[in-house]
Amino acid sequence: MIKQLFPNANWNELWIASYETLYMTIISLVGTFVLGILLGLLLYLTTKNGIWENKILHVIVSATVNILRAIPFIILIILLLPFTDFLVGSIRGPNAALPALIIGAAPFYGRLVEVSLREVDKGVIEAASAMGAKTRTIIFKVLLPESMPGLVSNLTVTGIALIGYTAIAGVIGAGGLGDFAYYYGFQRRATDVVFICTVLIVLIVFIFQFTGDWITNKLDKR
Amino acid sequence: MISIRGLTKIYHTKLNQIKAVDDLDLDVKKGEIFGVIGYSGAGKSTFIRLMNRLENPTSGKIMIDEEEITALSKDQLRVSRQGIGMIFQHFNLLWSRTVHENIAFPLEIAGVPKAERIKRVDELIDLVGLSGRGDAYPSQLSGGQKQRVGIARALANNPKVLLCDEATSALDPETTDSILNLLVDINQKLGLTIILITHEMHVIRKICHRVAVMEAGKVVEQGDVLDVFLHPKLPVTKRFVEQVMGDREQDDALDKITQSYTTGKVVRLHFVGEITNQAIISTVAKQFDVQANILQGKITQTQKGAYGTLFVHFDGEESEIQKAIDFITSTSVKVEVGLHD
Ligand SMILES: Nc1ncnc2c1ncn2[C@@H]1O[C@H](COP(=O)(O)OP(=O)(O)OP(=O)(O)O)[C@@H](O)[C@H]1O
Ligand SMILES: [Mg+2]
Repeated sequence: MIKQLFPNANWNELWIASYETLYMTIISLVGTFVLGILLGLLLYLTTKNGIWENKILHVIVSATVNILRAIPFIILIILLLPFTDFLVGSIRGPNAALPALIIGAAPFYGRLVEVSLREVDKGVIEAASAMGAKTRTIIFKVLLPESMPGLVSNLTVTGIALIGYTAIAGVIGAGGLGDFAYYYGFQRRATDVVFICTVLIVLIVFIFQFTGDWITNKLDKR
Repeated sequence: MISIRGLTKIYHTKLNQIKAVDDLDLDVKKGEIFGVIGYSGAGKSTFIRLMNRLENPTSGKIMIDEEEITALSKDQLRVSRQGIGMIFQHFNLLWSRTVHENIAFPLEIAGVPKAERIKRVDELIDLVGLSGRGDAYPSQLSGGQKQRVGIARALANNPKVLLCDEATSALDPETTDSILNLLVDINQKLGLTIILITHEMHVIRKICHRVAVMEAGKVVEQGDVLDVFLHPKLPVTKRFVEQVMGDREQDDALDKITQSYTTGKVVRLHFVGEITNQAIISTVAKQFDVQANILQGKITQTQKGAYGTLFVHFDGEESEIQKAIDFITSTSVKVEVGLHD
């Protein structure tokens, strides 16, 4: 029955493609999280009246973030090809997609991190400094824990955008469901495969959204 | 213990300069509860934030326990701040931490080992009356309970001084009283010096030993709370005293009240410290053959005793009444006797 509905589906290859999509998304999400938190913290701390107020650094980081966010992802991948080759030693396969995915998503996430950090109650930060807290303590014991629900829910949004990016990364032969759908569907006119890929991607998005919401709710004690 | 000299803070804004604190001198003794009162914009918050240098002064000197706070480097200041507790109008608790973890936070900052931390936090939870709520999150607490957590947190590292920035202004009157009682309790138990700022004379009256009135960045009047209540000099101070006592000019005149009684005598009693009103009236009624009838008045309790006036009508034998009045005159209560036309 399933054979008749989806005559062109090769389930084994579809499974591999799903795995590649998940692999690219999760690894790049981890990278985006780390890099995005760093960027967000830098933006937040160096801002006017911030803990490390530094106009020059703020302008540099802010401009970099804005420029990277302005470049369409497909162009970013191509721009980064030499860098990817240097870093990964190849420009094909899921690993080759990671630098572009992280560099594409981290500035976006960084801005969201900055916004979440701004929402942390100034009074609480002040209370911590009145207790004699070092900046490091304020970052790791006040700023990050107090903004954690926001950081996680924004990471969910970013993760879902990343799933979309992995599909685009298919054009450089990154693998994954996007690549699979493009190859079979576009080049071989196998609409049934495109349909299955769509369902699988939507399923992955739903799982991400659900998990993200669940963790956010668990963390939010407000 | 705390001495402040020439403390000045100027804020520079785009348009002009604001002298939030203006050449302020103040001394606070060890173990006293010192209140600073003033209207909005008087510079109270700025003043208290200068005390632990949350705000850096433009000029002036602050000494706390032989340590010149204003001369400390950033690193020295961090260590010093562990010895200066602070509580806030909006509590400023970490909502991501439980009550227990919130109170443990300053101990973590001070590098206290975990086992000791847990023990100390449990003591503090008992001290502020939150036993059993250690695992609650701030969002599950009432305002008063949140402030108790704030107080416990401020006391964690055994500070020398406790700074209170409008600590009860976000609370209802009853909760305010319970928090004020807790502060008095801590002051007595631990001998802790407390500086609190407020715009409510009620707070000053209830717990402070001494008070300073601030206006436009300056201390314009200061002294023992009772003295300030009795002899407010400046109009600002008078207005604050009226907050608690009502307008004294509006008291019915003694002689006017006297007119409405044909027998006995009407007296006005002025209470200043020490003796409470109930005690003296009932003593008089017991010891002398007179009937004492309280007509009106307003008595307020301060940390240093009662203060206020009471109109009492004494009825009975003329000689007995005279004895009763003589008796009251022999105490610290001042007596005025109303005269018939
Ligand atoms: N960061 C700042 N920048 C500029 N001006 C400030 C700043 N903080 C306070 N001021 C000004 O300093 C003056 C004193 O403010 P402060 O907050 O100390 O008053 P306050 O007595 O605490 O008043 P309130 O009872 O309303 O809290 C005000 O005129 C205020 O506008
Ligand atoms: Mg204020």
